Amino acid sequence: MDFSNEPPKLLELLYGVIAFLAVVGVLLFVLDKLPMRKERWIALTFLFPAGALLTIGLVIPAIRTFILSFTKPDIAHPGTNKFAGFENYIWMFTEPESRHTLLNTLLWVLLVPTVSTAVGLIYSVLVDRSRGEAFAKSLIFMPMAISFVGAGIIWKFIYEYRPEDEKQLGLLNQLVVWLGGTPQQWLLKGPWNTLFLIVVLIWIQAGFAMVVLSAAIKAIPAEIVEAARLDGVTPWQMFWRVTVPSIRPALIVVLVTITIATLKVFDIVRAMTGGNFGTSVLAYDMYNWAFPFDNTGRGSTLAVFLFLLVTPIVIYQIRNLRQQREIR
Amino acid sequence: MASARRRSFVALVAAAGLTLGGGLAACSSGEKSSDNLDKPECAAFKDYTGIAGKTVSVYTSIRDAEADLLQQSWKQWADCTGVKIDYEGNGDFEAQLQVRVQGGNAPDIAFIPQPGLLEKLAKAGNLKPAGDKTQTMAKQNYSADWLKYATVDGKLYGAPLGSNVKSFVWYSPKMFKDKGWTIPTSWDELISLSDKIAATGIKPWCAGIESGSATGWPATDWIEDVLLRDQGPDVYDQWVSHSIPFNDPKIASAVDKVGSILKNDKYVNGGLGGVKSIATTSFQAGGTPITQGKCALHRQASFYANQWPQGTKVGEDGDVFAFYFPAVDPSKKPVLGAGEFTAVFDDRPEVQAFQTYLASADHANSRAKLGNWVSANKGLDIANVANPIDKKSVEILKDSSTVFRFDGSDLMPAAVGAGSFWKGMTDWINGKSTKDTLDYIENSWPK
Repeated sequence: MDFSNEPPKLLELLYGVIAFLAVVGVLLFVLDKLPMRKERWIALTFLFPAGALLTIGLVIPAIRTFILSFTKPDIAHPGTNKFAGFENYIWMFTEPESRHTLLNTLLWVLLVPTVSTAVGLIYSVLVDRSRGEAFAKSLIFMPMAISFVGAGIIWKFIYEYRPEDEKQLGLLNQLVVWLGGTPQQWLLKGPWNTLFLIVVLIWIQAGFAMVVLSAAIKAIPAEIVEAARLDGVTPWQMFWRVTVPSIRPALIVVLVTITIATLKVFDIVRAMTGGNFGTSVLAYDMYNWAFPFDNTGRGSTLAVFLFLLVTPIVIYQIRNLRQQREIR
Repeated sequence: MASARRRSFVALVAAAGLTLGGGLAACSSGEKSSDNLDKPECAAFKDYTGIAGKTVSVYTSIRDAEADLLQQSWKQWADCTGVKIDYEGNGDFEAQLQVRVQGGNAPDIAFIPQPGLLEKLAKAGNLKPAGDKTQTMAKQNYSADWLKYATVDGKLYGAPLGSNVKSFVWYSPKMFKDKGWTIPTSWDELISLSDKIAATGIKPWCAGIESGSATGWPATDWIEDVLLRDQGPDVYDQWVSHSIPFNDPKIASAVDKVGSILKNDKYVNGGLGGVKSIATTSFQAGGTPITQGKCALHRQASFYANQWPQGTKVGEDGDVFAFYFPAVDPSKKPVLGAGEFTAVFDDRPEVQAFQTYLASADHANSRAKLGNWVSANKGLDIANVANPIDKKSVEILKDSSTVFRFDGSDLMPAAVGAGSFWKGMTDWINGKSTKDTLDYIENSWPK
């Protein structure tokens, strides 16, 4: 990059900031001078930028994607689409390859949120108030700092295969060899290969779950814990009757956040198997169909389906937040 | 400049409510606007006048060292004409080019390795046909066999740039000499050599088809190369254009012929494991066992010369070299190859001038002198090609008895050529039957 070209750009950026402030200033001034129904106007004015950006960046593309999901490429006129009715939706649920992708996605969504939340919860209860808690927590939190692609590459090395008579490169196969087994091609055989990929996301997300849940555990009022102790609870009862109900809101937030992240998983699959050997997932197929395979219809259909899957979770989350607000 | 700044200031005020970054693109940086065409070293480029100070954006799949050489190859032209070339290489080129074109952000010129993609972009009206000067230059330097891949509905859209020859089998000349093996000149000799090698306890063949999101492509090259030998160029053309189905018995016969090597546990995968290890071995590492004496044969294109471990000498007297992948009938000489084509999305004079220059013998020779380069350009002086494997490739391309065919997966619709064909072959290596694989690919052909 040629940095001698940068100063003029920064100057223009400065102009931009000044212009922005000026516009906001003028708006505030004008609104202040307006005679009636001030508050509504102020709200509308300030909602406008966000509303406009949402419309351009989210609402319009979503509508367009929905329309595109009912089209397919027109072979006679390359680069254009023609109406296809529900063909793409039928394809999605009948073609073995895409059905397999949907099944894989289901497996991901069932396993990743539950296992990583469980691991995070158990870990945070175990290390709570113990010596070296900060160190123990940073250990499991560290993977969060690694990008999905980075994590994928690290784990690809862990699963790396070399023939029996060669020096093993992958950690897992080396362990197998030390235990007297023969090295395996971990990423080739289904459905195990999907499970081996799922482990990677659990490895990343457990840290997130642990941090949030640990904070929630620390926020449980000491009186409650003390009262329970005086009543003579066993540790088991303490966990199920006191800790878990007290941190329920945090648990739900963690589960929902990880579920949405899991539905969107793309990088790990792309970096580790390229969707081969029956490991593809919804988001990866969506990209493949929309761009490399040049079939925006099928890509959009998968996108719409993904959207439909995420929507109930988001609605549940919002309702949950509202209820809590009412309780307070 | 001052007025440009004021204009973008006005634009920024207008856009401020929405986004702060919107107007920044309007910024134009100062450039020199004079050419050096009167200098003696620029004599060859004296026709490229009136384009000084302009910029041409280039988008390609070529990155790293190869990209540096490419940029060096046109540096003199750029210096002489005063045109600035903005180069961008992307490892995910095929997908990203379509993203950019759909997003209204097409580059000026792209080097497209898939004639299938070029055809699609041309038919969709995204590409501009080559200018008159480019056409003249292209027709002068390239055979009709090559130009037909860049011709859509009778219009020429560009010229080939780099090329490669895929019908090569890499081997170790030293190993062959020590063991007394000779280079096979027919398919039967190739198989009997493989048996001979297998009898010594070495698995003769090694291969790797893992290549990130393009995993499977080396296996599709295998199929194409063998199909060309097993069934001949006419069937090959019918198969590529889908006038015979993908699961035709003729195709199945060729796939099974490949399977007699790649899915044969006695033959593969030298130094790398069993048959299935082919699917997880990267294409870069597929031939490495040859340098360790654990494998004898590796079918891969001329550009594999750059993938050997550092310090490996490529040459007839070196550590590794390649022989022509023999035909079933030794009197015929089918050759599978590929290459990229220049195609323009804008017909501004400087873009057309650059496209014309890239089709010229001047550029082919300038690039060849820098090493690691093969081109089908008739004006390429073979003395400028230093690397022995490149020399051999250029000789094959220039040989009039060669029956050349372009890599079929690059000619097919993207959903097959960059999708189900790659994926299908990967599954095939991983144990899927020939019939199931071909049925799956046939079903995925866009209808």
